[in-house]
Amino acid sequence: MAEAAMKVTDEVAVQITGMNKWYGTFHVLRDIDMTVYKGERIVICGPSGSGKSTLIRCINRLEEHQQGQIVVDGTELTNDLKNIDKVRSEVGMVFQHFNLFPHLTILENCTLAPIWVRKIPKKEAEETAMHFLHKVKIPEQALKYPGQLSGGQQQRVAIARSLCMKPRIMLFDEPTSALDPEMIKEVLDTMIELAQEGMTMLCVTHEMGFAQAVANRVIFMDQGQIVEQNEPKEFFNNPKSDRTKLFLSQILGH
Amino acid sequence: MAVAADVPKESFRLSMLIYDTRYRSITIQVVVLLLFGLFLAWLLNNTAQNLAIRGKQFNFTFLWQRAGYDIGQQLIPYTNDSTHFRALLVGLLNTLVVAIFGCVFATILGVVVGVLRLSKNWLVGRLMTVYVEMFRNVPLLLWILLSYVILSETTFEPKDFRVTDEMTAAGGAPAASMILFDTVAVTNRGTNVPAPLFNQHLGTLDLGPLSLNLTFLAYLVVIGGSVWVNRRVVAAARATQETTGVRPVTWWKSILILFAPVIALSLALGLHLEVPALKGFNFQGGILVAHSFTALLIALTLYTAAFIAEIVRSGIMAVSHGQSEAAFALGLRPGRTMSLIILPQALRVIIPPLISQFLNLTKNTSLGLAVSYLDLKGTLGGITLNQTGRELECMLLMMLIYLTISLSISVAMNAYNNSVQIKAR
Amino acid sequence: MAQTSQTDFVRTRMVPPAPPPSGEAGVVKWARENLFSGWFNSILTVAGVLAIWWLLSAMLPWWLNGVWVADSLGQCREIVAAQAGEGASGACWAMVRERWHQFLFGFFPRAEWWRPILAFGLLFAALAPVLFAGQPRRLAILLGGVAAFLLVTLWLAGAPGAVWVFAVVLMAGLSALAQRRPGLLLVFTALYAVFVFWLLWGGSIWSPVSTLLGFALLAAVYRAAVGAVGSSVAAGLGIVAAAVWWLRLGGPVLSIPAGVLDFSLVPVASDQFGGFLLAITIGVTAISCSLPIGILLALGRKSDLLVVKGLSVGFIEFIRGVPLITLLFTASLLLQYFLPPNTNFDIILRVIILVTLFQAAYLAEVIRGGLAALPSGQYEAADALGLDYWRAQRLIILPQALKVSIPGIVSSFIGLFKDTVLVAFVGLYDPLKGVTGIVRSDIDWKGIYWEPYIFVGAIFFVICFGMSRYSMYLERKLKTDHH
Repeated sequence: MAEAAMKVTDEVAVQITGMNKWYGTFHVLRDIDMTVYKGERIVICGPSGSGKSTLIRCINRLEEHQQGQIVVDGTELTNDLKNIDKVRSEVGMVFQHFNLFPHLTILENCTLAPIWVRKIPKKEAEETAMHFLHKVKIPEQALKYPGQLSGGQQQRVAIARSLCMKPRIMLFDEPTSALDPEMIKEVLDTMIELAQEGMTMLCVTHEMGFAQAVANRVIFMDQGQIVEQNEPKEFFNNPKSDRTKLFLSQILGH
Repeated sequence: MAVAADVPKESFRLSMLIYDTRYRSITIQVVVLLLFGLFLAWLLNNTAQNLAIRGKQFNFTFLWQRAGYDIGQQLIPYTNDSTHFRALLVGLLNTLVVAIFGCVFATILGVVVGVLRLSKNWLVGRLMTVYVEMFRNVPLLLWILLSYVILSETTFEPKDFRVTDEMTAAGGAPAASMILFDTVAVTNRGTNVPAPLFNQHLGTLDLGPLSLNLTFLAYLVVIGGSVWVNRRVVAAARATQETTGVRPVTWWKSILILFAPVIALSLALGLHLEVPALKGFNFQGGILVAHSFTALLIALTLYTAAFIAEIVRSGIMAVSHGQSEAAFALGLRPGRTMSLIILPQALRVIIPPLISQFLNLTKNTSLGLAVSYLDLKGTLGGITLNQTGRELECMLLMMLIYLTISLSISVAMNAYNNSVQIKAR
Repeated sequence: MAQTSQTDFVRTRMVPPAPPPSGEAGVVKWARENLFSGWFNSILTVAGVLAIWWLLSAMLPWWLNGVWVADSLGQCREIVAAQAGEGASGACWAMVRERWHQFLFGFFPRAEWWRPILAFGLLFAALAPVLFAGQPRRLAILLGGVAAFLLVTLWLAGAPGAVWVFAVVLMAGLSALAQRRPGLLLVFTALYAVFVFWLLWGGSIWSPVSTLLGFALLAAVYRAAVGAVGSSVAAGLGIVAAAVWWLRLGGPVLSIPAGVLDFSLVPVASDQFGGFLLAITIGVTAISCSLPIGILLALGRKSDLLVVKGLSVGFIEFIRGVPLITLLFTASLLLQYFLPPNTNFDIILRVIILVTLFQAAYLAEVIRGGLAALPSGQYEAADALGLDYWRAQRLIILPQALKVSIPGIVSSFIGLFKDTVLVAFVGLYDPLKGVTGIVRSDIDWKGIYWEPYIFVGAIFFVICFGMSRYSMYLERKLKTDHH
């Protein structure tokens, strides 16, 4: 594995301090403290309802937090629209259900945001898009519509679409859990390749193989809080907390 | 169905007509066709007999006889000396004019209400729900009758608008006054609105039976030209965006291009409004819009808008939440997300039922009968029918006209549907 | 790796859930989020409050000053002026108090009011097994409600004692049946469909019996022939046999028992029907008759047989292309041309036939949507099971397609029920234009408009809104049935 490329730096990418979030009166995220360094590949896991998706959705302000501080690449997330725009154009996100725009071709899906947000000329945007479509290995589908592609292909397009914005950080919200088993690998391969190039990644997933292969840190969440974090080897071989043990036995044990 | 080649040729038996899949469908179709033919023959035979008994003929010559009745609202010149055919045209135009105005107003109101129902504002959302449920669950006829009664029974007589010397002396005011900066008077006889008049007339162009109003034509040409130029400007802006990435600001250019030529033309022709004024016992000048038209328009608009609001609401809700989230995550602002992502998808869901609402509205204009609005049903299917006694011809012709309108709208709708269908495997 | 020491973290004590910070919950937060989030939203709220204030200030005094006892509109106004001062406005509900029966029954003879009431109550009892199939609790509640309604209203309407007792016994029997053998309730539904017309129009009891025997004959012929000639031909034979019975044999045959024992109700002519009695009669009959025709048309439209498909499409598009009014005028003006000379039958029946055809065309389109929504695998599965066309449709395709189209079907029923007021144009006394017209042309109530329209509108609203809520309930229930 290209260890050199996967180097983690001392530069802070995301800094979360004392963050709390409520849905109505329900306390979803409790006292979250977390620092992500540039080049880190973090896998977040935990039982459903533990708040892991909500956590990464807070990082690009798809969800609002009520207490604490989130600083992304030096920009603090507040109600200031300028800051939110800045963070969103630097943070890419891949969703569980792909969320491709069905009325646009694959190419248009990839060029939409660069053209309208980054104000890049159409031709240049199309070149970039084709570059990333090559990278995810589906350049020949560029003129088709999302509905004509398989789930795995759609998810790879979604990754390419995010990359076209040249993000510094990528968020993955259960990118493989809506896919058929035979399509999971093609998406994971794309993500592994991305990790090897040094992309900062936060990934909510239950793919423990992926965590062992590329993550440099695994975070386990339960009841809206970070229960345990460690480097993958230690995390899987020597879990410390009882909740982690229980979770791992459920997810690996069958 | 597939018959292997080496099967020996069976001899044909009568029972195969029913039990053999090859013949069965043909048998059924022939039987159905025969039954239908018999039924049709029976109807035609009955009709012929009935016509003979009543001593009537079946032809359309009556359309060229003198109509002999007046029509209050006429968009093309018509007197009671005109033919029944001319009356038919006047009625058809009256149907179309109320339908077109109704569709435009109902769409505007419906879109506003539908969007407000989705708004985060609890109070306004509830109010809009009340409006939608109230209008959807009560017959349209009630709204027509109620609007008509309110307009014609609660409004004042023209004489109540008069300001007498005694009143001025006593500092009093007349019982009723005009609205909208003293330009519109709603009396129990109708609504008096200002009429657009021109100092210079471009005259009319006579083309045999048709006469074209040149002023009207000039406006059409100018508006069409402006729209065309505006599209060029927008296209140029898009081209600039594609090459440089920055979209030039065009809204003020668009406004200038769309409005300046029309205003210039109006000034050149000396457009001015003739405001109705009380003279004697009645308002003079301007245009008198009959209450039957206003009531029908109000009721159709409010009723159809309630349905359109639901269509708009469910159309927007049909676009999954994930779409706007994905757009936000890419850094698009809410406004752009709406125009680039949500609307293009929602419109595909909205437009087919919207057009069928337009169709319903057009057919519902026939309820104008309840307030004696002389539309197609009122002229051809009403007075003409009663005067000439040609029930069969009038009804068939009227149905044919309605059918033509409906079918042309649905053909247009299907063409549109096929062109915007989202591609999937 | 550089951050190993920092990476390592184990939580020893879980953080308990805390209440949200102040201003993040309660009324203040709710108001901020739902009424005043942003300047535009605040403007909307203010506009909404102003609109409500304006409506209330216009309407509330009028409602509060309402007069219930008076002989004429003029008297109403005097009473309002005396109570609330000169110039005050007030509703004149005295009109409703005096004329409510015309809005409900039209000119149905007062002594016979119990008949429409009984028919209306039993309508729900007949609908019960259809509406709440397999839910004994709801069934019991509905039947109990019907029983209570009948006991009170029949007594108020001064029904003969025998009728009252009959209603009690019938409802008790139905309730018992609902608990023991709910399937048998459908027999009551079928009987109701036949006998309700006799109950409303009156005449000899032998005519509904004849109708019933015709249907029995149809079923018997179908049963006997279906094995030999297939379902479509058998159905055709059955219909021919029933038609022969109804048109030729029934009368003479049944005149024998009728001579021995006759039991008849006072005949009520069609022009005495009016108000909601008329609207509901036309609406319910057309709704129930249009469903089977609509299904057949939808199947026809999807058929592979070109002739059948062409005829169905032609019929559907023709009916949907013209306004209902023109069809009603066809019923009143043109039917006399199309039928054999000197045939003359009841105007309500003619209207019902045309309204049924109209409704069937609309239903066909709704059901077609449901059929199109079915995955093609369902058709293939039905074929693979070796079912013939009609069995496949009845057992596999239609139950699913109808379920999917329920919201559409109900909203088209609502549309039909609202459209029943259009019968006013062919001279029938619908509640809206017909009866209101009569009331408004009475010298006592001349100039009254809000009150009759509000009264009629409110009843329509309750019925239509109820139907739409029921369809939403059904949609929810079907959804949970599947997942």
